[in-house]
Formats: sequence, C-alpha cells, structure tokens
Amino acid sequence: MSAKLGMDRLSIGCVAPPGGSMVNKTGAWRSTRPVFKHDKCIGCRACEMVCPEGCVFGDPKKKHFDFDPDYCKGCGMCANECPVDDIDMIREAK
Amino acid sequence: MGRQAILEGAMAVAHAVARCRPEVIAAYPITPQTHISEELSTIVADGELDAEFVKVESEFGAASVVLGASAAGARAYTATSSQGLMLMAEVLWNMAGMRLPVVLACANRSVSAPLSIWCDHQDAESIRDCGVIQLYAEDAQEACDQHVIAFRVAEDRRVLLPVMVNLDGFLLTHVFEPVELPDQELTDAFLGKYEALYKLDVDNPMSFGCFTEPDKCMEGRWMIHDAALRSLGVIEEVSRDFARIFGRSAGGLLEEYKSKDAETVLVAKGSICGTIKDVVDELREKGQKAGLVRVKTFRPFPRQALLAALKGAKHIAVVEKGGSFGSGGIMTPEIKDALYDAGLRIPVSGFCVQLGGREVPTDGIREIIDRATKGEQVAYEYFRLRKEILPDLVPSK
Repeated sequence: MSAKLGMDRLSIGCVAPPGGSMVNKTGAWRSTRPVFKHDKCIGCRACEMVCPEGCVFGDPKKKHFDFDPDYCKGCGMCANECPVDDIDMIREAK
Repeated sequence: MGRQAILEGAMAVAHAVARCRPEVIAAYPITPQTHISEELSTIVADGELDAEFVKVESEFGAASVVLGASAAGARAYTATSSQGLMLMAEVLWNMAGMRLPVVLACANRSVSAPLSIWCDHQDAESIRDCGVIQLYAEDAQEACDQHVIAFRVAEDRRVLLPVMVNLDGFLLTHVFEPVELPDQELTDAFLGKYEALYKLDVDNPMSFGCFTEPDKCMEGRWMIHDAALRSLGVIEEVSRDFARIFGRSAGGLLEEYKSKDAETVLVAKGSICGTIKDVVDELREKGQKAGLVRVKTFRPFPRQALLAALKGAKHIAVVEKGGSFGSGGIMTPEIKDALYDAGLRIPVSGFCVQLGGREVPTDGIREIIDRATKGEQVAYEYFRLRKEILPDLVPSK
C-alpha cells in the first residue's frame, strides 16, 4: 500500500490514499499514559471496547491487555472504565 | 449578437448555470438568492438538465453536498446569500483547501443583526480570506457570463479553487433586463467536460484535505495562496477567450471607465457602478475629469492591475458597501497598501455606502467625487449617517 503518497510530500488538495492514520503517529500528543498492571484483570474487555482510538488490545482468555503507544492519546477512558481498577494513569513527563 | 430576452436577473443566472451543465446542484432557499435555485430545480424537474438536484436542510448541508459531489468528480453548483453564506463558511474553507472547483453564487445581502434582506457586500467580504475566488457583476448579463467564466477558471488545473459569483441582491437578482444567455454549443465547447484531478472512487479510495502535522500544514495553506495568486492570470486569459468566443466582454480583473486621464477616480464593485458611470458621464460633459475603476475580481486582489489603473490619479475615493467593524474599509486599506509599496502617496478616501440597501442617489456620488476632488481625505466614513435617529450611544442607567 502506497500509504506514504501524499504523506511525505503533499499533494494538491492534501489528498491521500487510505492508511494515513497509520503513518501519522499521534501518540506524541499524550501527556498521561495508561499502565496496565496485569494484576486483577478479569478479561472483560472494557478497556479495549471504550478506547476511542482502538489502540488497546489483548487476550481476554489470558487476562492480559496493553496499549499501542504510537496512537494512544492518554485520554484515560480505559482506566476510568476498568471495573477492577487494574489500569493506572501516570504522567508522561520525566 | 445573439438573441436577447427580457429576463429576471436570478432566472437568467439559473439558465446560464444550466447551460454550464452542472451534474449536482444543492441549495437551500434564502432571500434574495431563492429564485436562482428555484428556477434550477424547475429546469432539472422538467428534464432540461441532466443533473441531481439535492434538497437539503440548510446551507451547511448544501455546501457539504456540493463539496462531496465535486470530490466525486462532478461539476457542482450552489447559490446562497447572507446568513446562508455564513453557515457555509466552514465548508467553503474546506472546499478551497481540498482544491475543489465548486462554483457558487452569492446574491449579496446584509448580514444580521439588525435584520435586513437588502443588499450590501458584507456577507461575501467576511469570507474573503478563505481561498474562494470572488467575482462581482455589474448587471444581469455579466452575472450570467461570469458563471461561465467561473466554471472554466475553477476547473483549470492551474487554479482548482471554488469560484463565487457575486450579484447584488434585489438590485440584480430581481430586476428584469435584456440578457443574452450563453449559447449552449459555445458553452459546451468553452467549458468541455470536467475531469477531476483526484476523485472519490470505491475502487481507488482517497481521503481529501488530510490531517497535517505542523511540519506540513503551512505548505498546505501556501498552496491555496499560490493557486489564488496564479488565478489572476488565468482569469484574464479565460476572460479574453470568453470575449473572443461569445463576442462580449464579461470577466477580467477590472473595468477602467474613463479613468485613464481622470484626476479623481472612484473605485467600487457591483451594481452601484452603473450609477457611478452616469455621474462620471455627467461630470465629463462639464469638463470635470472623473473616472471609475470597477473591481470585477475582488479575490484574489488584483493588486498590480489596480496599481496600473490608479497610479495616474490625483485623488482616489473608494466606495465600499461594507467594512470591518473596529477597523475600517475592506478595499480602501488594500488599495493604500498597493500604492504604498509602489511609493505613491495619492490621497485615498473610503466611503461606506448602501449598507442594508440604503439608496445612494446620483447626488451622493457627486458629493463623494466633489469632496475627494477638493482634497478632502477620510480614512473611512459612514456616508450620510442619519445621526438624528441614533440613541444615547453610552447609555446611562
């Protein structure tokens, strides 16, 4: 897929083929990040379902979820919705 | 000379647009534009034009439909006025940025509040910075012909920007004038078929006006500026071609009316220029060297052409049907800007007239010319403001 066409160089009208959202790594906008503690997870998939970026993924059978830092904006919805409080939000700043 | 008919301005425009064969039309009724879209819907319903007429719930919807249609590769058209144009504003910025050659008409009308349905230019001028090319007609014939020119300029690969044809609400939309509609065969040959540079296609999907990080957005904006500036030459070229093929002049950047040797030159756009020309003629008969430079293309601003047309003047008065609250005129400072860069210190006055349809009779134009000729210079004046009807401007309790 020529996802880079219209991305590295602009086109007239800033037209681009699909895939631009994959190329633009928007995770840099984040000021807080989720920490998946992998402690009390019950595999309910709430974190995966509510993520507006679709960047939380994992395996409910293994009760193990994590996030993709390339796209996570740090909104904290996963942490807020987790019924067993197994996700913390921490500041990105060092 | 072809066949002339006595037509209402808006209806003449509708028939001229139909001869440009737009494939998608979407519009929402608003006075004084309504007759354009109403007549177009009739033309489509009668099977005289093979187009999709999309009924929408608002001007935001109308603009969005023609944006989408244009992105899908169709020649698309809409028309509006005043508040309708305000509602379209966001979409117009997108059209320009996505470089979609939509053509629209603005039947110029005052923007609320106070509520007024009559003509001034504040609706169109308030979206002057969005990248949409703006042409202004003096009469119904020119409004028709500028639409034909508009489609060709918009679709030119050197431009690819929306073009808005402005015609004064009521003063042009609702008057009956002799009009020669653009001949169908000539129009077909003049415009050809629209071939989009990129188009929405399920087999080859594309996103338009994509997200840009700060490292690219500025270049995306610059391309709009660059295309708008380049369109100055294209407008002149297409207008010359129109005059050659149709045998009458319509487009171009400016009209210089008895201004070449004039000492006092007025600058204006739209239908008021008819009145100004009458006064210029009258003063010329008395030996007074007055003239008019009529702005036909307001965006992009024809800076060099204006400079060339105005550099010999002793006094300049800009007759504006609008302005920027808290600043002043719209064209007045832009003309001063062009003169300043050329090292010219010709006195320029700005007169705000005809807001909300206030009539300016010939004696008003004479007064403006007289005051400018006497050397009076005003930055921006609400001409003949009726101070006697104003309330206490800083109300005490």
